[in-house]
Amino acid sequence: MSSSKITRQERQRSRLIRLWRDRIFVTGFVAAIVIGILGLAALLFDVLIDGLPFLNWNFLSSYASRKPLESGILAPLAGTIWVVGLTALLTIPIGVGTAIYLEEFARKNKFNRLIELNIANLAGVPSVIYGLLGLAVFVQFLFNGSRNVTAGALTMTLLVLPIVVIASQEAIKAVPSSYRDAAFAMGANRWQVVKTVVLPLGLPGMMSGIILALSRAIGESAPILIISSLVWVTFVPASPDSKFTVLPLQIFTWISQPQHDFRGIAAAAIIVLLIVLLSMNGIAIWIRSKYQIRPEQ
Amino acid sequence: MTRQRPRDVAPDPEIFKFETAISSRMSTNPELEINQAILDRVARRRRRQHVEQAIVIWLLRAAALISILTTVGIIVILVAQSAGFFKEVSVWDFLTGTQWTPLLKPQQFGVLSLVGGTLLVAAIAGIVSLTLGLGAAIFLSEYAPEKLRRVLKPILEVLAGIPTVVYGYFALTFITPILQGVFGSDRVIVFNALSAGLVMGLMIMPMVSTLSEDAMVAVPRSLRDAAYALGATRFEVATKVVIPAALSGIVASFILAVSRAVGETMIVKIAAGATPNLTLNPLESIQAMTAYIVQVSLGETPQGSLEYKTIFAVGLLLFAMTLVMNIVGRWVISRFRQQYN
Repeated sequence: MSSSKITRQERQRSRLIRLWRDRIFVTGFVAAIVIGILGLAALLFDVLIDGLPFLNWNFLSSYASRKPLESGILAPLAGTIWVVGLTALLTIPIGVGTAIYLEEFARKNKFNRLIELNIANLAGVPSVIYGLLGLAVFVQFLFNGSRNVTAGALTMTLLVLPIVVIASQEAIKAVPSSYRDAAFAMGANRWQVVKTVVLPLGLPGMMSGIILALSRAIGESAPILIISSLVWVTFVPASPDSKFTVLPLQIFTWISQPQHDFRGIAAAAIIVLLIVLLSMNGIAIWIRSKYQIRPEQ
Repeated sequence: MTRQRPRDVAPDPEIFKFETAISSRMSTNPELEINQAILDRVARRRRRQHVEQAIVIWLLRAAALISILTTVGIIVILVAQSAGFFKEVSVWDFLTGTQWTPLLKPQQFGVLSLVGGTLLVAAIAGIVSLTLGLGAAIFLSEYAPEKLRRVLKPILEVLAGIPTVVYGYFALTFITPILQGVFGSDRVIVFNALSAGLVMGLMIMPMVSTLSEDAMVAVPRSLRDAAYALGATRFEVATKVVIPAALSGIVASFILAVSRAVGETMIVKIAAGATPNLTLNPLESIQAMTAYIVQVSLGETPQGSLEYKTIFAVGLLLFAMTLVMNIVGRWVISRFRQQYN
């Protein structure tokens, strides 16, 4: 360093330039966040302005119709409840069970390492691919071509399973091992430790993961589009082998209609969908922050 | 991952022997004989608990197997169905052809025009999400006070929870009209790659920002302090110390986000069009691989026909593309973890 060659003025100028560069770039970083938030705001406004005029009780309680103003979302709402209910019934025991097995029982051998790797990969498989799997295995093979609610729920189960497993694993890992040791010291076997210590303490974390997974199942359209295909349903599914539609699918159908008013009811249905999803996300975040395990040091 | 697992305190067969031994010894002592019934009950309960645990372990193992079966199922279905397709169309023609007209005569099966559409939209989404996501991550990790950070992060993450069909609606009814206003409606087709790409970029932005920020936060404080001690500005610390140190995490977040964009269906189905088109012009209408799969499965294509099998061939290619990206992304992340732990 030949600092003697740099005059005081030059040094000051370079410092000023560097400080200004800092300020200019921080504006850029703030702008990135602001654009993201503005995008979200624009999306919500767009939907609210288009949809609010169409949102009324009649809209919630009637079936889809060829006339936009008489259309409602009763059938897709019922279909969504069916799919999510069945998915929850299947995915909770399987997902939590897998997590317990991997975290508490499995030895760290190659096979179990493979299962973990496999779950991480499944989480990244595009949802259309699950649709193709469901179409070939559940619709055509299991139900002989019947595009029913159960096929949809089974497909959704496989789709959201990795989310439930990974969230439950995290919840189990967060249970301090000193609690486990205490139970072991009292002579409990591993399953008793899981049943009486790990599950109750990990439950809030698992719950928030499960809620997020189910909200994913509610919002997902591509696999159901492939499974259900039938897009003009005007009845409430009465049994697990009934045909069905779900909210995102109905929204897609309406967006694809040429008449302008169908855009409006699509937006109204989006409002309903977003209210359901945002409140589910809110509940998940609330559970997570309220019951977060803080291990004593 | 590295948590020490305490050895199971009850290696059950030994415990049984031990308990039986105690109880038999005690029964020789007349004063303690009264306890025999209790000890028997304890031993019986232990055995029952042992059986219960054995059953539970089998059930849990079965649950864990379902994930393996899912992967096997995906691969078997995709390969088996595309095998029929590749009997009639050569793999080479499929992978190198640029005309995709399976539903029209003459049929042509050059998947490149679908791949091109997918990559065009994903590239736009990648540029948007990298710019916005990285900027947001730098601000959150290097500049924002903790309180502000706690408010901003959840707001950004709401973006990741919005259903893709809603983004499709937003692209079609909000972004496309704006683009038509900017570039002129004669140049911008209603269904275009740019609108879908921009909105998809917004959708995957939180993925880039969250994962990148995690990587930046993991950079040791001491590295930053050293740079500050030399008189560096925050921008210099961010760009010359933190970003290079967290680079693999940032790269990984970008790869995983783009893989998400490649596999996304509803935005491209609603907003990007249905015309297979190998182009670099984002204002044109294209068709993405996912959008093609959905289009055919919604149509009247008879099951088992060649047209029907195309969706599995396209699906197989899509699966392979995202799988490679995910594996590379996670490999980069695991490399990065080794540096600081």
